Amino acid sequence: MQKQEFTITVYTENQIGLLNRIAILFSKRKINIDSLNTSPSEVDSVHRFTIVINETEEVVRKLCRQIEKQVEVLKAYYNTNEEIIWQELALYKVPTEIIAEEVKVERLLSQYGAKAVVIRKDYTVFEVSGQRDETDAFIKVLEPYGLIEFVRSARVAIIKASDGFHKKLKEFEYREPSEEVIENEYLDKNEEVFTM
Amino acid sequence: METLTIKEEQKQTEAKATKSISGSVAVLDALLNENVKTIFGYPGGAIMPIYDALYDYNDRLEHILVRHEQGAIHAAQGFARASGKTGVVFATSGPGATNLVTGLADAMIDSTPIVCITGQVFAHLLGTDAFQETDVINITTPVTKWNHQVTDASEIPAALAKAFYIASSGRPGPVLIDITKNAQLQLFEYEGYKKCEHIRSYRPKPIVRKEYIEEAAKLINAAERPFVIFGQGVILGKAEKEFKAFIEKAGIPSAWTIMGMSAIPTDHPLGVGMLGMHGNYGPNLLTNECDVLIAVGMRFDDRVTGRLDKYAKQAKIIHFDIDPAEIDKNVKTTVPVWGDCKETLPMLTALVESKVYPQWLQKFHDCMEKEKALCIQPEMNPEGDILTMGEVIKTLNELTQGNAIIVTDVGQHQMVACRYAQMNQTKSNITSGGLGTMGYALPAAIGAAYGDPSRTTVAIIGDGGFQMTLQELGTIMQFKPNVKILILNNQFLGMVRQWQQLFHEKRYSFVDITSPDFVQVAKGYYIDGQRISERSELKGALKTMLDHEGSYLLEVMVGKENNVFPMVPQGRGVAEIVLSKEEI
Ligand SMILES: Cc1ncc(C[n+]2csc(CCOP(=O)(O)OP(=O)(O)O)c2C)c(N)n1
Ligand SMILES: [Mg+2]
Repeated sequence: MQKQEFTITVYTENQIGLLNRIAILFSKRKINIDSLNTSPSEVDSVHRFTIVINETEEVVRKLCRQIEKQVEVLKAYYNTNEEIIWQELALYKVPTEIIAEEVKVERLLSQYGAKAVVIRKDYTVFEVSGQRDETDAFIKVLEPYGLIEFVRSARVAIIKASDGFHKKLKEFEYREPSEEVIENEYLDKNEEVFTM
Repeated sequence: METLTIKEEQKQTEAKATKSISGSVAVLDALLNENVKTIFGYPGGAIMPIYDALYDYNDRLEHILVRHEQGAIHAAQGFARASGKTGVVFATSGPGATNLVTGLADAMIDSTPIVCITGQVFAHLLGTDAFQETDVINITTPVTKWNHQVTDASEIPAALAKAFYIASSGRPGPVLIDITKNAQLQLFEYEGYKKCEHIRSYRPKPIVRKEYIEEAAKLINAAERPFVIFGQGVILGKAEKEFKAFIEKAGIPSAWTIMGMSAIPTDHPLGVGMLGMHGNYGPNLLTNECDVLIAVGMRFDDRVTGRLDKYAKQAKIIHFDIDPAEIDKNVKTTVPVWGDCKETLPMLTALVESKVYPQWLQKFHDCMEKEKALCIQPEMNPEGDILTMGEVIKTLNELTQGNAIIVTDVGQHQMVACRYAQMNQTKSNITSGGLGTMGYALPAAIGAAYGDPSRTTVAIIGDGGFQMTLQELGTIMQFKPNVKILILNNQFLGMVRQWQQLFHEKRYSFVDITSPDFVQVAKGYYIDGQRISERSELKGALKTMLDHEGSYLLEVMVGKENNVFPMVPQGRGVAEIVLSKEEI
C-alpha cells in the first residue's frame, strides 16, 4: 500500500487534555502530523479536529480506531483528498512601498484570489485561502518584492459525503444505542472483509 | 412506567435535602457507593485531607499502607485479578503519583480495572512548579484508559462515578483522578452519589451483529482442523462457562495465552496448553496447520504470534473481541466478531454443530509426547542432584491440587510456573503478561490475598525480581495478609542469562546478581521461612509453607544455568519452535 495524504476528522467532547491524548497516538507511532486544526463543529457542544497525515490507508485505519477508542472521542473519519473539500488560509506581509511601486496590485489580487487585509504605510498584509499549491504560488510571486512574513493555517475540510453530526449525536445520546450508531465498519465493507 | 416516574420524583425530592460535605468525604462516600472495601495507598502532603477523612471511615473502609506506591498499584492489580472487581489506590502528588506509572502501564496493557486517586497541589499553584507538583495528567495519559483532574469539590462525585464506570466496563483499564488539595478541603452542597451508566462519547460494548456470528459458525462447521486460542477476555468478560460450553459442543482443541490461563481448568480434555514464546510445542506448531483459527478475547501479542508473516497464513481467522481497535490490528481476520464474549459465545454455540476431531486432537497429543520426552521429563525428573524449577512446581501441584492462586513475577520462573502449574478454577493465574514487570509478584500477591481471602495465594518469584519490591514484606508484617512466598533462586537474572547464552555467545553481562539471605530478611520482618536445596526436603518444606498460619517465605535453590524450553526464538515463526538449544 502506498502512502498518501489523508484527512482525519474527529468529533469529540470539549475536554482539556484531549488534544494531548490524541496527539500522542501519532507520536507513539512516529507519525508526523502535517497539519492539525481544532474548531467548533456544526453541533454546539461538539469539537472537531482536522488532522492531516501522509500514510498508508492501513495505518490510517488503525489510527482512527485508536482515536475512536479514547473515551471522549465520539467518532473519527478518514478521507482521501478526493473525498473532501479542503482549504488553508495564508497571510503574507510585504513592504507597502515596493508593492505600490512595482506591482500592479489589482491584477495580482484577482489573479491569485488574494485580498489585502491591512494596508499601512509601512507594510501590507495579503490573504489567500486555497489549497497548498495556490498559497505556495503566491509566495513565489511576492518573494522578489521582499516577503517579510508568511504564515499558513492548518487545513480545514468538509467531507463531501457527510450529512453532518446532528443526527449522529442524537443517536449517541440514547442510552440504548440504535444499530446505526454502532456503525459496524466491517459490515459496510462486506466484500473486502469476507475472503472465504 | 408510571411507578418509575413516581420513584424518580421521590428520589429527586430526597436528593434536594442536600448537606454540606468536604470533597474528601465525597471521595470516601463515592468509594462506599461503588462497594469498595479495600484501598491500597500511601499518604503525603497533597492527599492529607482525604487521609484525614479516612480516619473516621476505618470501620467501613480497609486501607492497606504499602511501602512504596508501586506496591500499592500492583497490589490493586492483584486484588482486581483475583476478585474481578476494581482495585483502588491512593497516592500523594509528585513522587507519590510518579511511582504509580509502572503499575498504570502494566494495568493498561493487561486491561486491569484500577481507579487511582492522587492528591495534587492547590489549584492556584498549578503550573508554578510548587512543592511536589508534577503534571500527573500528562505523564499518565498514555498509560491510562482515562484520566481527569478535579479542581472543585462539586465535581468529585461525578468524576469518580465516571472513573469507576470507565475502569470496569468494556475493555477494562486503569483510570486516574487527580484532585487538588483545595477541592479535597472545600465544602459543597452534596446531592448524593449517582452511579454513572452512560457517557455519550463512550461505547463500552456494541450491539452484536448476528450476521458475523452466522459467518463464524459457517466457517467452524465446515472446518476440518479448527483451533481455538483464548486470552484474558474470557476471564474479564466473566464468560468462562459460556466459553467452556462452546468448545465442548464444538469439540475444538483450545490453547490459552498466558493471560487467558485458568479460564478453563488446565487439565480440561480439550485444553492443549499454552501459546507463546515458551508455551507448549503443539499449540505453536499446529497454529500453522489448522484450517480455522478462532481467537477469543486475545490480542495477538508478538510473544504469541512470533513472526507475523509466518503466522497462520493457511487459516481462516475468526476474531472475537470487545475492543474494535484490536480487530485486524496485528492479524487480518476473515470474520471479525466485535462484542462482549459473554453475549457472542452463546450465540455461536447455538449455531455450531456438535462435533469431535479425534485425529486432529491426537496431533496435539503427539506433539505433547515429543515435548514431554525432550523438555518436560528433564525438568520434572532431573538426573542430577540439583533441583529444577519444574519439579518445585510439580510438587506444589501435588500439595495444592491446583486450587491455589499462583502469582508470578517475570523471568524463567514465570514461564516455568505457567507451563507447569495446575489450575482448577478461574482467576488462578496472576502475572504481568503484557509489560513483563519484574517486582510485580510480591505486591500483586498481597492484593490477591485481599481479593480472594478464601484461597491460598502463592507468589512465585525469582531472586532478581524479589529484590525489586521486597520492601512490601513490611506491608505483610503490618497487615498480615496470608501470602506464601516461594523464591526460585537460580542466582542469576535467569531469563536474560538464557538469552545471553543462546544468542550472545554466553557473554554473561551483568546477570550474575547476588542476593541477601532472604530468609534472614524475612525474619527481620517477623515473617517465618527457610531455605532448602535438597530434593529430599522439597515436599516437606512446601507443605510447611502451605500449612503455616500466615505468610511464609520459602527459598528454593535451583539449577543456575537451566533453560526454559520449548522456545520460539525472537523473529521466527511459531512453527519454528525449538525444543532444545541444539536446534537454535
Ligand atoms: C522492571 C524490569 N526490569 C528488567 C526486566 C528485564 N528482565 C526480564 S526477566 C529478567 C531476569 C529476572 O531474573 P529473576 O527475577 O531472578 O528471575 P529468573 O529469570 O532468574 O527466574 C530481567 C532482568 C524486566 N522484565 N522488568
Ligand atoms: Mg533468578
